[in-house]
Amino acid sequence: MIRLDTVALRRELVGFAGIVERNTYLIRRFVWWEVAWFLYTVANTLTIVFIAKGAEAAGYKLDVNRETIVLLIGAVVWSYLGLLFEIVTETVAWERWEGTIEYTFMAPLSRPAHLLGMGAFAVVYGVLRTVLLFGVVSEFLDVTFVHADFGAAMVVLAASSFSFVGIGMMTAVLPLISPEKGTQLGFIAQGLLLVISGVYYPVSVLPQWMQWLSVASPATYTLEGARKAVLDGTGVAGLWGDIWPLLLIGVIAIPAGLAVFAQGERYAKRHGRLKRSG
Amino acid sequence: MSSQPAVEVQDLRKEFIRRDGGGGVRHRRRRKRVAALHDVTFSLTRGECVAILGQNGSGKSTLVRLLSTLLQHDGGSAHVFGNDVFRRPRAVQRLVNRVSVEASFFKRMSPAENLSYSARFYGMTPRQSREAIPRILERVGFPPERRGEPMEDLSRGMQQKIALARALLVAPVLLLLDEPTTGLDPRSKLEVQGFIRSIREQHDATILLCTHDMAEAEALADRIGILHEGALICLDTADTLKRAYGAETVEAAFLAATGRQFEDEKEDE
Repeated sequence: MIRLDTVALRRELVGFAGIVERNTYLIRRFVWWEVAWFLYTVANTLTIVFIAKGAEAAGYKLDVNRETIVLLIGAVVWSYLGLLFEIVTETVAWERWEGTIEYTFMAPLSRPAHLLGMGAFAVVYGVLRTVLLFGVVSEFLDVTFVHADFGAAMVVLAASSFSFVGIGMMTAVLPLISPEKGTQLGFIAQGLLLVISGVYYPVSVLPQWMQWLSVASPATYTLEGARKAVLDGTGVAGLWGDIWPLLLIGVIAIPAGLAVFAQGERYAKRHGRLKRSG
Repeated sequence: MSSQPAVEVQDLRKEFIRRDGGGGVRHRRRRKRVAALHDVTFSLTRGECVAILGQNGSGKSTLVRLLSTLLQHDGGSAHVFGNDVFRRPRAVQRLVNRVSVEASFFKRMSPAENLSYSARFYGMTPRQSREAIPRILERVGFPPERRGEPMEDLSRGMQQKIALARALLVAPVLLLLDEPTTGLDPRSKLEVQGFIRSIREQHDATILLCTHDMAEAEALADRIGILHEGALICLDTADTLKRAYGAETVEAAFLAATGRQFEDEKEDE
């Protein structure tokens, strides 16, 4: 029995690695698209982070350095979340388009190994891209990171990844149910998540009902934790109040994501949606 | 495993919900259940090749997708080497692979890359696939120097060879072929058919071939079934079918059995 379980586990790990391998090939084959998309993200982030300087130029009194970093962290977290959702959700949509979805879903690969493989790739690639984005955009700005504890900020980002991957799994099912608009619905989920989480402003400015919703959003704790680490130099111990909710939401979100995806897959199998659409 | 049928299908039924066109604001689109397959019963013995003939929309692809665990059934049962397709899909997935009318690859990726990651889904390690991929590509006659080219630069015939290689790489005991030569030029078609023949000779594989190519069915299969409007109306050897319908060719037997020409095609599901 134990031998059988070892064989099964090994098979799952090999399948998990297959998903990571496939996504690595895809990134390599679309490397120039990735470069172009990165440049777009840099430009998009710059349009946001210069708002603080713009406000100062317009006569508002504010701590430009601090507000620029607040905006920068908001834009970078938005980009990270966007990439995570894009990889997890669009891969399913992409597979529908290419027709490989039938081959992937008829393979003896468990759905948790499949989805966690996509999540793991998304996190690794997303973190690398986010660090690069932060570095490149910072070069355009006249800001100083006097107290920043970047290590602690990375711990917050890593802790948030579990819950973001779980939510990504829930949105990944959308292209199975709605081939035409499923992916866009994933972007809507991303936007809704960030608007209630204080992406470019404190949560306290939101209407009360939105503040209640923000308590359940992992992005709230990611943004708060990352800002405390980068602006005030708060270490991992001091950030525990933001880290534990992230881990707790992750513990709930990943099984919930798998369950939602399984439900969607059953629906797709019943209604004949598990097939190519291109 | 050898004493039980490779495939055993009993009263298999699958319905889809169709929406009526219903134009106009005041007319609500009505939903109705349409049987794509109804009460299909047949079995395949190990090592046998059975061809299922049928027009587009007859239910061939639905049958293949049900056996591939890609669809849930609405009644009846299907077993692959004793494993219930709908209750033990993982066990079935380890035994089955398929080649469909569309080669279906990540087009920007190379043949080697496509084969490599998909082999991983069947538990093949990088070391195993590094040895197996060149061997299987050589077997299907794929030029080694083109292994790194994107799939989109290859002809359809080449892509279909890679699809066969992908299926065989993981040594399935049941191979589902869903119109594998449709749309290929005559030369590629012959090459693919020759390869299917060699699979039968060299592997212990059972083959279910869904096609609307009568000559292909007669040349490759031990028995031929005719699927018409979701019902399997006969399944026997080509000679028996011809005798039963008083026809000289399989095409004439098909016409007599269904009362339709292949040209009378309708939309596939």
